[in-house]
Amino acid sequence: MSDSPVTAPLVQVTDLTVEFGGLRAVDGLSFELAVGGALGLVGESGSGKSTVASALLGLHRDTGARLGGSVLVAGTDVGRASDEELRRLRGAKAAMVFQDPLSSLDPYYAIGDQIAEVYRVHTRASRRAARARAVEVLDRVGIPDAVRRSRSRPHEFSGGMRQRALIAMALACEPDLLIADEPTTALDVTVQAQILDLLHTLRQETGMGLLLVTHDVGVAAESVDEVLVMRHGKAVEHGSVATVLGAPREEYTRDLLSAVPRVDVSRVSPAAPSEEVVIEAVGLRREFGRGRGRFAAVDDVSLTVRRGETLGVVGESGSGKTTLGRMLVGLLEPTAGEVRYEGGVRSGVGPAVQMVFQDPVSSLNPRRSVGESIADPLRARGERDERHIRHRVGELLARVGLDAEHYDRYPHEFSGGQRQRVGIARALAADPRVIVCDEPVSALDVTTQAQVVALLGELQRELGLALVFVAHDLAVVRQVSDRVAVMRGGRIVEYGPADEVYGAPQDPYTRQLLAAVPALDPVVAARRRSARKELTAA
Amino acid sequence: MSGFGGFVLRRGVGAVITLFAISVIIYVVFYATPGNVAQITCGPRCSPEQVHQVAQQLRLDDPLYLRYWHFLEGILVGRDYSTGTAVQHCSAPCLGLSYQSDQQVTELILAKLPVSLSLVLGAMVLWLVLGVGTGMLSAWRRGRLSERVLTGITLAGTATPVFVIGLVLMIVVCGELHLLPFPQYVAFTDDPEQWAWNLLLPWLSLALIEAATFARLTRASMLETLAEDHIRTFRAYGVGERSVIGRHALRGALAPVIALNANNFGSAVGGAVLTETLFGLPGIGQELVHAVAVVDLPVVVGMVLVIGFFVVIANAVADLLYAVADRRVVLA
Repeated sequence: MSDSPVTAPLVQVTDLTVEFGGLRAVDGLSFELAVGGALGLVGESGSGKSTVASALLGLHRDTGARLGGSVLVAGTDVGRASDEELRRLRGAKAAMVFQDPLSSLDPYYAIGDQIAEVYRVHTRASRRAARARAVEVLDRVGIPDAVRRSRSRPHEFSGGMRQRALIAMALACEPDLLIADEPTTALDVTVQAQILDLLHTLRQETGMGLLLVTHDVGVAAESVDEVLVMRHGKAVEHGSVATVLGAPREEYTRDLLSAVPRVDVSRVSPAAPSEEVVIEAVGLRREFGRGRGRFAAVDDVSLTVRRGETLGVVGESGSGKTTLGRMLVGLLEPTAGEVRYEGGVRSGVGPAVQMVFQDPVSSLNPRRSVGESIADPLRARGERDERHIRHRVGELLARVGLDAEHYDRYPHEFSGGQRQRVGIARALAADPRVIVCDEPVSALDVTTQAQVVALLGELQRELGLALVFVAHDLAVVRQVSDRVAVMRGGRIVEYGPADEVYGAPQDPYTRQLLAAVPALDPVVAARRRSARKELTAA
Repeated sequence: MSGFGGFVLRRGVGAVITLFAISVIIYVVFYATPGNVAQITCGPRCSPEQVHQVAQQLRLDDPLYLRYWHFLEGILVGRDYSTGTAVQHCSAPCLGLSYQSDQQVTELILAKLPVSLSLVLGAMVLWLVLGVGTGMLSAWRRGRLSERVLTGITLAGTATPVFVIGLVLMIVVCGELHLLPFPQYVAFTDDPEQWAWNLLLPWLSLALIEAATFARLTRASMLETLAEDHIRTFRAYGVGERSVIGRHALRGALAPVIALNANNFGSAVGGAVLTETLFGLPGIGQELVHAVAVVDLPVVVGMVLVIGFFVVIANAVADLLYAVADRRVVLA
């Protein structure tokens, strides 16, 4: 450590490789991060970006992973440091904020005690002083009434407050480097904007460095100065945000960027207008719970879906959008109001209205072949001829872009995107007129997401399907929808043609949502940030 | 903490209802089963007249619900029994009179209960310390030689019957080495020191087997907790391994241990028959086996009810401990 701390970079990674068994997750990666700088590691799942983040703190030690190359963080050689030196690095000089703030905090202890514990590990402060420090940092990250709330346990906090608490824990020892691994992926878009703004302010005030790991190019554009695009454990492109996102040199970066849905671009090929209403919700209401815990998840929702069009339903968690989707399909009976299909009241599940689910992993039975899963709706309609079933399933597989011969394969043999295609094939098997897609692409990488969205559009044009596209992602919804309903607290706050809702939002909540969407252009991002400040001040 | 008070109240009411349901089921199962109770009680040489007399004395001709009502009344306020010539008052909680000896069942149980509780409580402390300790150790040392040895020992422990361990212990410790006297029950109130010395072997042999189960459970539950995200958080913040395991992982891992302990404690009160017999301890288990053999129904019903009482109480206590350890339980 003879280098002067002024000139030495905060992070210096040289030719880093990480292998798990035979799998090379990181392959010869090198980069530097200057003191006080901010770098975004951007990549799709499996690109090795989170593995790099863990390697910076030496978290792979004793896990069986094989590391090569060198990692220097704040003057510590992470590969060669003793366990004790590593312990002194973690939390004190470099602190990490994890993706899922609920599972990342101990459910049994008060939040203030957890922060105090970390503080005491590194400072030998008294219990009292550590507790005071915990309250101080909780207050710093914007937890109201920090003295009282520091005694709460994690489950008593909302998602955004938990992430603030984790950031407070990271701040406790005033580290030189903050490593944030997908810090906003589990959060709603308005909360995401708050957390990103908080990180931005903290950086300005403390001068700490930031290494942000994210799959979301927009999140990176909002928060960092430099971007490193990763793929298969290697660096694809590295440079300033403006250069990499504005004028990418590499083809992969260009593909990645073009796959990112834009909130300001309307549907590419809108559906030919049709007046024929296929499915209609009239005054739908659904309550859950008993006694004092009773609440309406969906409250007085009326909407129509026409033949061949896509209705986007957008909202944050708890807005009632999934409950609405389930009622349209008939998986849930409404407490009040009714669903009309082609003019007649209907209840229960029928072949005409089908559903595609969010999680392609858990919505397919892992013990049955995908062919059998797709054949379920056929058998449910009384089809018994095995040869005909196989033939039809083959057709459907080919229709969604999979190999017609894959009848006997099992879900684990497919990637996430392919599994979602299987889910779509299963919905198509019933020859539906309407498909309700509940967050169909939110578990997928952007490039896969773009392919699945394109497939849905194609199927819609060919088969004249009406689609209800339920999602939290405003950009994706804009990309696919002809008309949009914005939901909040079980009610529709805004409902109309997509271009009108996005172009000239009437409801303040819609405006707030749109202002929270991360922008790809750093200049636009800065403008949106100040717009958010005005909105919250108002 | 108003939520917590409410939780305690709800749990208490639940325990009372469960006990009531248990008493109904036990009563019906034992008294509604076929077989001439009067004949059995009176003995094989009784004349039909004598049998009839006994049946009247025992009020066997009353309908079952009425008999249950009197039984319940006895527990809550006490009742009088006619024993042919005299009237015996049996004060609450009255569980009836033994068919065999006309002794009050409550007295009979109270005489045996200290023995069983001494045995089980002492053994419980041992099995928790040994079991949880071993489990933690083997979770911490996972994959190393010491862990494999510990796993082997606990596996052997779960597979060994208590009379094997107990006999071996008794032969070696008392017979060969003369370290301890052959166990003989001494009441705690008479001589606490002798009480402990005499119970040491029974405690050990009961605890060793239970400890094996607890070690395996603790290990599995610990490993599960160690794989959770919040453990990773504290490691990533430089918190030492000792704190991570002792503070964060152990607390999360204890829930299933508390639950299993409640069940095992409750059932061991009446179920440690083998240990009691082996060491000649006059406890509930032994008495119960005897009562079943001679079809002394009031004694059987009374004892099963008392054992049920301990299982229910142990589970209620476990639920409260749960709630203290993890406040989310109160909300559910």
